[in-house]
Amino acid sequence: MMIPGVDGFMYPNEVELQWSVLIVLYPYITGLVAGAFILASLERVFKVEAVRPTYRLALLTALAFLLVAPLPLQLHLGHPERSIEMYLTPHRSSAMAMFGFVYLWYLTVVLLVEIWLEFRPDIVRMAQTAKGWTRLVYKVLTLGSMNVSPAARAIDEKVGYFVTVVGVPSAFLLHGYVGFIFGSVKANPWWSSPLMPVVFLFSAMVSGIAAVLVLYVAAMKVRKTPVDMRCVDTIAKYLFYMFMIDFSLEMLDLVHRIYESDESFRSLDFMVHTRLWFSQVILQICLGTLLPLALLAITQLWRVAEGKRRLMYVVASCLTLVGIFAMRWNVVIGGQLFSKSFLGYTSYKMGFATREGLLPAIALMLLPFLIFWVLVKLLPPWLKRETA
Amino acid sequence: MRRFLQDWAHLLLPAGVLIAGLGVFLVIRAAVVPKSFGEYGHYRGAALEMIRQKPVSYAGQDMCVMCHDDQAKVKAAGKHATVHCEACHGPLAKHAEDPAANVPKLPDVAVLCKRCHEQDPAKPSWFPQVVTAEHSGGMKCTECHQPHSPHIATEADAGSGRGK
Repeated sequence: MMIPGVDGFMYPNEVELQWSVLIVLYPYITGLVAGAFILASLERVFKVEAVRPTYRLALLTALAFLLVAPLPLQLHLGHPERSIEMYLTPHRSSAMAMFGFVYLWYLTVVLLVEIWLEFRPDIVRMAQTAKGWTRLVYKVLTLGSMNVSPAARAIDEKVGYFVTVVGVPSAFLLHGYVGFIFGSVKANPWWSSPLMPVVFLFSAMVSGIAAVLVLYVAAMKVRKTPVDMRCVDTIAKYLFYMFMIDFSLEMLDLVHRIYESDESFRSLDFMVHTRLWFSQVILQICLGTLLPLALLAITQLWRVAEGKRRLMYVVASCLTLVGIFAMRWNVVIGGQLFSKSFLGYTSYKMGFATREGLLPAIALMLLPFLIFWVLVKLLPPWLKRETA
Repeated sequence: MRRFLQDWAHLLLPAGVLIAGLGVFLVIRAAVVPKSFGEYGHYRGAALEMIRQKPVSYAGQDMCVMCHDDQAKVKAAGKHATVHCEACHGPLAKHAEDPAANVPKLPDVAVLCKRCHEQDPAKPSWFPQVVTAEHSGGMKCTECHQPHSPHIATEADAGSGRGK
């Protein structure tokens, strides 16, 4: 009997994909969090002063995306009220259960504390000057302390530095774990690779840096404020370096697979040349990696006029974001398209207005931007010279 | 020194919020996690006793054989020797308790047989399987096969009374 969308032999439980587009969104969103935070840490820990204008923006971006990160999982699994069980009765042998603690640690101890320390003077000022209910909100956010004396701020600076130092490995853990979840599935040759956490980590940094660059330029455009070119030049330089490492790692993985040519190779190779041709070769590798790398390389090698350079950065970053999304898609969806017998292939049919369809996926992807907008309204991240 | 402590004091506030949050969590955890959780493994130990108290649905093969030894003998000699009675006839503990008051219905073979024997490439090739729509032409399986010993009955079998 022929099953629509299935070619060759599939085991019965392989015909329908269990991990949908929502599971694609989950590592994508988590990656943006980790990447944005690492960009923020460039200024704080590694003293890259040029990226200072994006420091606060990157922290708010990380928070906006982090708040949404568990939602695709909860929508996919159903019964979100049960997610608390992960904390109440943790199963220490489950990597997924342990992620709950990594997430909570990162949200509360790292990100919220760092944002609070960074924005304290603004919060205190607003608590004194704002009117109505917003004053109450800011008063609550001060946690009861109005002390923003230079001595107190100097202490904040030191503690903030320490929190960021702790935060960098936490961000690595947060996204390295996501790669680990896939890399440790030994039954799936498309996923099972010790390189997976490292590839996920670098691609996370790439996507997060690209997202902050686009958000920064867009925010400056909306605010009709000139873009700090020294800042975007530096971000683009780091984006280029990170992308080169990420691309090299992915190519290393590919070369290793081709040279090793284990029993899964023919099947996976066929899949890349057929069902994943557009999303992997065209979208991820050509449009999402080689083209942005070429654009970034041009800006590094030759002198390009400021306006053109800015446009090239934005185009390269947008393409990068599409490319990294395609990478997540190819990992999650691609890993479920072939039979473990290596004799058949299935298809992924995405619903539209279903629980795991395109519509909720779009809504979940827009939600962090809405949260980001609220956060920016609540805690304006603009530096003094940008607020003129 | 006092001034120094004053400038550090505000850091106690987020720490206090985190500790308070942790405290609330621990109180909730103590209140909602059942006492017997983890007694034997990563589950509620008392669940075993709750399951034990549920009414028994299946009588078990031995109980069936006590009364229906004729069918049991036929089954034991045929291909269905390893299939337990209640796998096809359903849970019959009530019938075993009071056979007269709880007379079981015969299973609908049009649905029952193909659950195992409908052709599926994922099944091992030695396992008897057919495309039921083509194989029987709409006839009931039991027109040709005796369910307790489902090989096709021959004249010799009919003479010896097998497959009844």
